[in-house]
Parts: sequence; C-alpha cells; structure tokens
Amino acid sequence: MSLAMVVLIAVLFGSGTYLLLHRTLTRIVLGVGMLANGVNVLIVATSGPPGDAPIVGRDGATDSVPQALVLTAIVIGFAITAFLLALAWRNWTIGGNDEVEDDVEDRRVARAEERRVADVPSAEDVEL
Amino acid sequence: MNALLAMPLAVPLLGAALTMIVRARTAQRVISFVALAVSLGSAIAVLAHVAVTDEIAVSSLGGWPAPVAITLVGDRLSAMMLVIAVALLCVVLVFAIGQRASDERSPFYHPVYLVLSAGIAQAFLAGDLFNLFVAFELLLMSSYVLLTLEGTDAQIRSGTTYVVLNVVESTVLLTAVGLVFAATGTVSMADLPARLAELPDGVRTGLNLLLLVSFGIKAAVFPLFFWLPDAYPTAPSSVTAVFAGLLTKVGIYAMIRTETLLFPGGESTLLLWIAGFTMIIGVLGAMSHVEMKRILSFHIVSQIGYMVMGIAIGTEAALAATVFFLLHQIPVKTALFLVQGIVERETGTTAFDDVGGLARRSGFLAALFLIPALSLAGLPPFSGFLGKYALVRAGFEDGRWVIVTVALVGSLLTLVSMTKIWIGVFWGEVYPEVPAGRVGILRHHRLMSGSTIVLVLATLAIAALAGPLFDYCRAAGEQLVDASTYVRAVVGP
Repeated sequence: MSLAMVVLIAVLFGSGTYLLLHRTLTRIVLGVGMLANGVNVLIVATSGPPGDAPIVGRDGATDSVPQALVLTAIVIGFAITAFLLALAWRNWTIGGNDEVEDDVEDRRVARAEERRVADVPSAEDVEL
Repeated sequence: MNALLAMPLAVPLLGAALTMIVRARTAQRVISFVALAVSLGSAIAVLAHVAVTDEIAVSSLGGWPAPVAITLVGDRLSAMMLVIAVALLCVVLVFAIGQRASDERSPFYHPVYLVLSAGIAQAFLAGDLFNLFVAFELLLMSSYVLLTLEGTDAQIRSGTTYVVLNVVESTVLLTAVGLVFAATGTVSMADLPARLAELPDGVRTGLNLLLLVSFGIKAAVFPLFFWLPDAYPTAPSSVTAVFAGLLTKVGIYAMIRTETLLFPGGESTLLLWIAGFTMIIGVLGAMSHVEMKRILSFHIVSQIGYMVMGIAIGTEAALAATVFFLLHQIPVKTALFLVQGIVERETGTTAFDDVGGLARRSGFLAALFLIPALSLAGLPPFSGFLGKYALVRAGFEDGRWVIVTVALVGSLLTLVSMTKIWIGVFWGEVYPEVPAGRVGILRHHRLMSGSTIVLVLATLAIAALAGPLFDYCRAAGEQLVDASTYVRAVVGP
C-alpha cells in the first residue's frame, strides 16, 4: 500500500468524522459520503499494489475479491446518501431549517430534574 | 438443503418485488402474508433438519466449492433465531393490518417489511463477514424507511439520529471487514478462526474491538445505546415492536458469533463491564420516564445487558443460557410493545398523565400486559425467570459473583419500573372518559388483540416447554463453544 493511499484514507476518515459531528444536516450528509468513500478506498487498497489487472495466472495479479466487495459497498453507500438527502429535504420542508434537534421528551425530563434540584416551584404549583 | 436454506431469504425478496408492482392493498397483504408463511415453513424445515440430524446445514450458492462461494450456514443457533424471527414477523404483520394506522396504508409498507424480513434472515444465515454486512444494510435500510414512513416532524428528527448512528455503525463494520480481509485474506467465517489465530495479539484485539463496537451499536449496549430510546418511541407501535424484538437481537447474534467463532474468549473482562453497565443504566433510564413506550424502549437496553453477560462468561452453560434468554426475550419484548400499541390505539396516548385505570375497562388486556411484564422482570413461573436463573447459575458456576449480583439488582429495578407502568396505565380511576356504550377494549381491535394473545401464549409455552427447549439450547451452546464443528461442516475436515 502506498503512502498516498494511507494519507488519503486518513484525510477522508478525519474530515468525514469532523463533518459528522455537526448539527447541520447537509454537513452530516457530506461527512457520511466522505466516511463511506474512505472505507471504499481502504478496501481497494487491500487488493494489492496498483496497476495490475485482476486476472489469474498473470504475474502480479491483484486480488479481485476486494474489488467485488467494494462494488457492493459503493452501491450501498450511494443508497444511504440518497436517503439521507431525502431526510434532509423533508426536515427542511417541515421545519424550515437544517438542524438536528434534541429529543423533546429528554428536554422535558431534564428540565423537570433541574427544577427539582433548584427547588423552584413548577408552573402548576404557582397557579395553585 | 441448498434451496431450503435460501428460501427465507429469497421468498420475501420476491414478495417485495411483487408488492412493489401490485399496489392494491388487499393483494399486498395477501402476498406479504404468503411470502412470510412460506419463509416460515422453510425455516421450520431447516430447524427440524438441524435438530433431528444434529448436523449443521450448509448451502453454497452458485455451485462453487465452500470457501469461494457465498455460503449460507444454519447451525442450531441460527435455525432457532430464524424460526422465531420469521414467526414474529408474521404475527406482527397481522397486528399492523389490524392497527389501521397510516403507515400500513402506505403502498411502500409491505415491500419494505418484506425486505426487512429478508435482511434479518440473511443476517442469521450469513456464512461470511461481508454478507453479514450486506444483511445488516438490507435490514437497516428497510428500518430507516419504516421508521420515517409517515414523515412527521418527530419521526424525521429521531429518524435522522437513528440513520446517522447506524451509518456510523455500518462504516465501522465495513472497515472491520476490510481490515480482516487485509490481515487474513478471507472473510469466510469458516476460514477465519484458523487464520485469525495466527495473527499477532495486537492485531487480533484491534479487529475484535472494531467488530464489537459495530455490533455493540447495533445491539445498543452501554455506552453506545443512546440512539435507541430516542428513535424507537416515535415509530408506529407495530414497527417498534419488530425493531424491539428483532433488530437489537441481530446485533447480539453477531456478537455471539464473533466471540465464540472468530475470537473465542477475546474480550470477556471488557464485555463483563459492558454487561453490568448496560443492565443498570438501561433500567435507571426506564425508571426516569413517565411514558409507556419510552420505558419499554429503555428496557430493551437493560435486557441486552443480560445477553452480553452470558456471552462474556462464555462457558457452555452460559452460552446455552444466553440462547434461551434470546428465545424468551424476543416474544416477551414484542408482546409488551403490542399491548402498548393497543392502549395507544384505544386512548390515543400512553403518557401516564393522560391515561389510567385500563384494568377496570378490560381485565384481559391488563393480564396481557402483566404476564410478559412479570416475565421480563424474571418472576417465576414465567419464561424470564428460567432464562435469568440459567444465566445466574452459569455465572455462579464460573465464580462471577459481582456480575450476578448486578444482574439480580437489575431484575429488581425492572420489576419496580414495570410496577410504574402498571400503576400509571392500568390501575386507579378510568381515564380518559369512555364514551357511553363502549365496553371493553379487546373486542374493538380483534386482529390486534388476537396477535398479542398468540405472542403471550407463546411466552407461556416457552415456560411450559422449558425442558425440551433448554435441551436444544444446551446443544446449541455445545456447538458454539466448539468452533471446529462449524468449520468442519462448511469447509470439510
């Protein structure tokens, strides 16, 4: 495996992970794309040095199994990216924004707990 | 045997293609049901073959010899999982039809549901790591669609978290598969044990951890579980029921394979810690919530801990107990979600503030909840007690006192939070007000209650037939501990 491939894999994984940690859906989609392609490059790199055809019986033939694997992986990655884009679009048409929000129920439980700790009377108590 | 093993995979896919073409609702329902029934029939035939001849069923697709071809392997564990999974999918399909919810009315529900079933079947039968990955993608992709089928705000929000987390899981798994191939030159599960054993310890541990992280996200173990209680409650009950019953268990199944076949005894200490934390954190999360579906979702996490405990201990008895626990857990968990679905259908909600006193309206529905609830908590004479007893006993025999104590405390807390659901939803004054003349609950939802009753009866049957079933599980444990039987069956001696 050449150094260029290693660096490429590292850059794709690194920036993919960084993008994935954002709240903006478009960045997440881009991050997923980069990660998926990082893995694809990694699998291609396992098939041996570049330039050789995967033909049995020739000198220096590359292994054809990883190429079969990576074809499947590319198709799957494509489908997932398409689905994520559809989700992002739907999210935008509903809320008009591109952010992933926190869970409503989690926020409610967290607020109730904060109130309990701070011993602040809740809205219902004040009304009484 | 060749065709028979491929049937649970091929027939639902064929059905999915047909239901994509035929959009009439009744026709779709009939095709779905027939496809699942045929798939169930062949799964039972595989199980019978495996149980009677005590052989491992192997099928090489395309007529190539074993390590080259795509192999499907059905040993005792996978045959059993296959039968439960497909049977459960049949039952829940009836429930979904009876639920009359908007998602089942969508023309895409049935095709996707059938693809999900094919994915689950392939995951249990896959004889190599790459096909395991493809099976995971198949079932994940359909689960994404099922989870967001109605496209509401809440579904899109939690769906996004679910999809992104699972994409990360798939990426980790695919990386692991690529690295395993780079290190050993094969992805066949029958070839791998020997080749992995030759690797240096550091490489082995790294590969093992990568696989464990990816299956851990799928199975929702601590600390990788947080997507589950977030995503599951927003889906329609019939969908959540299938996810709760089967998807996390596919992760556990893959974990069992990794830890017994590929890396025997690899990371047992780490897994013990994970098991303990999963049990306790899961059940504490359940106790903090005041809505039935969320409490049940957290219980999925907590119960996963018990199976991880069995895998971590890793003796023959512990693995047999884990297999039995899986067998009991799938119908019990699903039955609880189906009861929740009936309550939600009847009252519109299962938040404790907005509903109550259902036991007065329908004692039978309360019983349908109580039996699986007590079983989940592990009270005798229900199936959960037998599963936990076997696990605890395997733990004692191996001298693992700490994890056994944690498991028992977890059980107690499970009982507490089940009591909470009981008090919140079933006890006390009837609320909300019932329209005059509407008596009972179950009689208004015949298909829904019928399928729930079948599942609850199945959990009772597991308890009643525990003797023969446990013998089967013990034999499955034997097969798991001795990886050479698997290797011999696939590639020959």
